[in-house]
Amino acid sequence: MVAVDGLGWWGVPLAIFAGAIRVSTPYLLVSLGECITEKSGRINLGLEGVLIMGAMAGYGTSLATGSAWAGVLAAGLVGALLGLLHGLLCSLRRVNDIAIGISIMLFGTGLAFFLGKPLVQPQAPMLNAIPFGFWSSSPQIQSALQINPLFLIGIVLAVVLHYAFRYTRWGMQLRIVGDSADAALALGLRVLPTRILATVIGGFLAGVGGAFLSLYYPGSWNEGLSSGQGIIAVALVIFARWEPLRCLWASLLFGGAGALGPALQAMGITSGYYLFNAAPYVLTLGILIATGSPSRTLAGAPGELSLVRN
Amino acid sequence: MSKFDFSIPRRTFLKTIGAATALTAMGPLASRTVLAADKLTVGVIYVGPRGDFGYNQSHAQAAANIKKMPGIKVVEEEKVPETVAVQKVMESMIEQDGAKLIFATSFGYFDPHVLKMAAKYPDVRFAHCGGLWSEGKPKNVGSFFGYIDECEYLSGIVAAHATKSKKLGFIAAKPIPQVLRNINSFTLGAQSIDPSITTHVIFTGDWSMPVKEAEAANGLIDQGCDVLTCHVDGPKVIVETAEKRGVYSCGYHASQAALAPKGYLTGAEWDWTTPYKMLVTATEEGKPMINFLRGGLKEGFVKMSPYGKAVTAKAKAKADGVKAKMLKGDFVIFKGPIKDNAGNTVIQAGVSLGQQDVVLEQMNYLVAGVVGKA
Repeated sequence: MVAVDGLGWWGVPLAIFAGAIRVSTPYLLVSLGECITEKSGRINLGLEGVLIMGAMAGYGTSLATGSAWAGVLAAGLVGALLGLLHGLLCSLRRVNDIAIGISIMLFGTGLAFFLGKPLVQPQAPMLNAIPFGFWSSSPQIQSALQINPLFLIGIVLAVVLHYAFRYTRWGMQLRIVGDSADAALALGLRVLPTRILATVIGGFLAGVGGAFLSLYYPGSWNEGLSSGQGIIAVALVIFARWEPLRCLWASLLFGGAGALGPALQAMGITSGYYLFNAAPYVLTLGILIATGSPSRTLAGAPGELSLVRN
Repeated sequence: MSKFDFSIPRRTFLKTIGAATALTAMGPLASRTVLAADKLTVGVIYVGPRGDFGYNQSHAQAAANIKKMPGIKVVEEEKVPETVAVQKVMESMIEQDGAKLIFATSFGYFDPHVLKMAAKYPDVRFAHCGGLWSEGKPKNVGSFFGYIDECEYLSGIVAAHATKSKKLGFIAAKPIPQVLRNINSFTLGAQSIDPSITTHVIFTGDWSMPVKEAEAANGLIDQGCDVLTCHVDGPKVIVETAEKRGVYSCGYHASQAALAPKGYLTGAEWDWTTPYKMLVTATEEGKPMINFLRGGLKEGFVKMSPYGKAVTAKAKAKADGVKAKMLKGDFVIFKGPIKDNAGNTVIQAGVSLGQQDVVLEQMNYLVAGVVGKA
């Protein structure tokens, strides 16, 4: 066993940094997926349910096959299936995507709790992290720099999406479909298949985000696992103004802010811990108020989005 | 005409058939009622999943044990929130399964849910875990609980021998009396070995918050705490995180030894079978409901996890010594003078509060040496 020296005040920035890396991955993957979906003009509020289904399926598959990466894949596929369900249902006439999203959320959560009952107790094989902190002699820094490959994949994906939306053919097609269905039709683009595909990809990423929760951090399946992270991630996309790179920063910000409460309490700053625990939400409100404007609608919002369409 | 002599009037025929049908239909039903009267149906309600390595599992183990008693039928319901939902579950257990005794195992079920149902069904018994029954509350309600702080005190002694940094970490859900009492007992146990030891507390805000619990564990370890323990519903994540980071852990509710083969020292476990059996037997024999049922190590309501590999012989000897005193019933944890961590004297010199003292069930302070705020 290691005796660790206390870090004192340095613990707070380190905890925020480490927390940002540890906690942000599900936010990042879900929000990137939702970003793709929303760029096509659909909103999938059901990602909370998809996240939990992914966590459950990933844990179960990892347990059954002994391979955590098989779990990640299974989680993605389950997520893609739920995404497909959402995409198909929303393609019916006069179906509201927000209502379908809420029902997917309740359906996914309930199904995952039902199927996941026997998975609460066993221990599944976990994903390994890459120890980027090998150069440091401080166990705190070593631990903070244990980085999971999924986090790195998320970062790469954010950068790729950022450029893909701007400079690739399919990225522009996606945006046209999302901005104006009429224009897309005039250009001969297939609106419904594009949207369904975008929802499927969004579901896949959210499922993988769920696998991160159950197979890496905190690395356990139980019913309180997500506690609303999927919903927060959907809100993050709006907060990030539909920009993949901003989704990355927003996810890091949320992860770091979430670590603030426990880090301060560990330091001995104990008054007002409920307030510190609310830090991520206070931060969101603050930024939204600061960047909001009464004179224009949300900048960057896809025109076909039911949230902004009037 | 002779034809008519043999025929049965239509109305009589219908009546006979009707009665026969009713009889055949009643037959199994009637015998079922008799059977139900023979067999005592016991309902058990959990707030979370039964296999959570924690609180719910400890109750499910007791339920499994009373199931083995002859003439007992157990009906269970998991994941029932502390809302009006629990009233509905109790009602359906009573109306549909014929439950005569209900174990409501979560703290928040008591007021108003159990009290309301108890008034509505005066011939059904309600056993609630952790609530404080007092004179004036319905007679068919009882509260049972264990003095698990005895185990926390012993865990504190073991933790004190294991720590090098003299800093212990405690991850707790909410600052309610039972939780504060555990934190205080753990700390007092550790300080009985080395008065300079401090306990750092993090409140997560709810009973099951896996991400926050993992963050709290990492935060405490980063601040130098090298033994972690907790009071949350499922200690799995915390014990696993401690093991991953290479620090020691003490368990809670049930044994988590399987999750941390290297660092698990010991733990405070419930042994609900004892009170469950007492309450079931009282119901079977028609004795009055036990309204206030408490017990500790001596009564077999709580137990310690077997010592882990890392526990030294010296620590074992010390803890076993105190445990022997507790088993004899002459050990007092809360013996004055005790100061809280703001410097106020909370138990005067010369005052000793024994386990049964209900003053302790209203605890609202953290003792000196605890870093945290209730």
